[in-house]
Amino acid sequence: MLRFMLTLVAAIAPLFAAKAAPAFALNEITPGVYAHQGKTSLMTQENFGDIANLGAIVGDDAVAVIDTGGSLIEGRAFLAALREKTQKPIRYVINTHAHPDHTFGNGAFVETGAIFVGHKNLPRALAARGPHYLSAFRDQMGDALDGVTIVAPTMTVDETMTLDLGHREIVLQAWRTAHSECDLTILDPKSGVLFAGDLLFLQHVPVVDGSLLGFLDVADRLAAIKATQVVAGHGPLPAPWPKALDDQRVYLTRLTADLRAAIKKGEGVAAAAKTAGGEEREKWRLFEDYNARNATAGFAELEWEGP
Amino acid sequence: MNKTAQRAAGALFAIVATGALAQTAPDPWPGLVVDIFQNRAIADADGVITLDAPARAEDAAIVPVTMRFSNHSQIKVATLVIDQNPMPMAAAFTLGDKSGVGFIETRVRVNSYSNVHAVAETSDGKLRADAKFVKASGGCSAPAVKDQDEAVANIGKMKYREFKSADASKREAQIMIRHPNASGMQMDPVSRAYLPAHFIDSVEVFQGDAPIFKMEGGISLSEDPAFRFTYAPNGAKTIRVEAHDNKGGVYKGEWPIGEAS
Repeated sequence: MLRFMLTLVAAIAPLFAAKAAPAFALNEITPGVYAHQGKTSLMTQENFGDIANLGAIVGDDAVAVIDTGGSLIEGRAFLAALREKTQKPIRYVINTHAHPDHTFGNGAFVETGAIFVGHKNLPRALAARGPHYLSAFRDQMGDALDGVTIVAPTMTVDETMTLDLGHREIVLQAWRTAHSECDLTILDPKSGVLFAGDLLFLQHVPVVDGSLLGFLDVADRLAAIKATQVVAGHGPLPAPWPKALDDQRVYLTRLTADLRAAIKKGEGVAAAAKTAGGEEREKWRLFEDYNARNATAGFAELEWEGP
Repeated sequence: MNKTAQRAAGALFAIVATGALAQTAPDPWPGLVVDIFQNRAIADADGVITLDAPARAEDAAIVPVTMRFSNHSQIKVATLVIDQNPMPMAAAFTLGDKSGVGFIETRVRVNSYSNVHAVAETSDGKLRADAKFVKASGGCSAPAVKDQDEAVANIGKMKYREFKSADASKREAQIMIRHPNASGMQMDPVSRAYLPAHFIDSVEVFQGDAPIFKMEGGISLSEDPAFRFTYAPNGAKTIRVEAHDNKGGVYKGEWPIGEAS
């Protein structure tokens, strides 16, 4: 039995070793600002949940990490890659919102002693959704989910907050319900780089998990932010600002118009979800995975408009 | 066996066990038949009741489902069950005598891959069921409230809509009630307190004084519960609704019935 167990352990050891070090590219997009581009995909066992864009901003004294990836494995790979770029202390880990592809790597950063920071609604959102995410993603990710814990922020942002990293002050801004009910953006005025989290999607079809009308409104207000480049939550980076907002605005506007027309005609939600936004299909990746969902939630929201 | 090997082996078995469990989870339906229907015999639907549900839940928090009733059967109660949900009994609709309800469409939460059952009790006391399998939604979709502040701020608001009915002998309408319909099963990570459950547990809909249906339900209904249905008009001038929640909240609405189309 012992020999069998040891053989078994020896046989699977390379699997764990391989999982411990997935390829992880972290690029300096402008001095002191690093970003990692996730794959435009759903979270799977094969990609370790590495589908979201992540980043780090380095000041004279300290580092702020922006999102941590979709698994403990990815979070650890991110931390290792970051440590190759800088040895400065990681003072803050900022989560742009609650979704698993942005927060499941948090556990990797607990040992750094960093303060976890998020929107004032983030603790509540993680409480309401965390247990479901952990069980639901087991099916999709198998053992790539091992070790993932829900780490909630201990410092929260009501409206705006400035964090000093040493001759580098970054500005965090909390938004009304839009992509989700806990969206936070991070602006680095020194470089002109904005980390938009999932308030901006490029190529990856936008996902509405909060409010369709809120998303449209916030996208308009985001445009006023004085930045030159943006790191979206998903898609190529960096992208020119505010032009990067254009495609998303067209999608959200089309979806809203189609849903309002369907509601006016008296269509049901199931029928409307099959057709609304359809004209945008060819412009986006993962459209079949998310458009009907956006339309379903958007229908339930817009149905309350008017008398 | 040394300790490291033991731990590694334990971890391996844990992984294997979890995987096996997911694939061979016991079917909860026989137990639900005992709990909800006192283990009574349930026959095939045979056209008496038909359940429409999507093959995949697009948004786990808002899954549209419709129960359709045969015109020729007297259905007393129609019950909607989401087998794998924490509270499987989503809603039981007791239909008014002569209400002529042709279908009821509502929206439910679907937590994971699940059978959904629609069970009709006919006036002869027999049970008949239709079922559909609904695949869980993917991505970051959760059966949770979208915006908890908004949900609480608007609690109890109602909306009434009318539609042109495909069946000329019936009228079609929809009742919508703002309510978080929250499960209360999650712990607040800051206060370590469990969030209190807060949900609509009954909705009565009348034309004039005649009941169209009474819904008794729980947290498997989506936030902002909505019911779209047809009924046989009795000449009444208004549609009236009275809803209750588990914290004693009472929400009432009354609307004039529009010109017959």
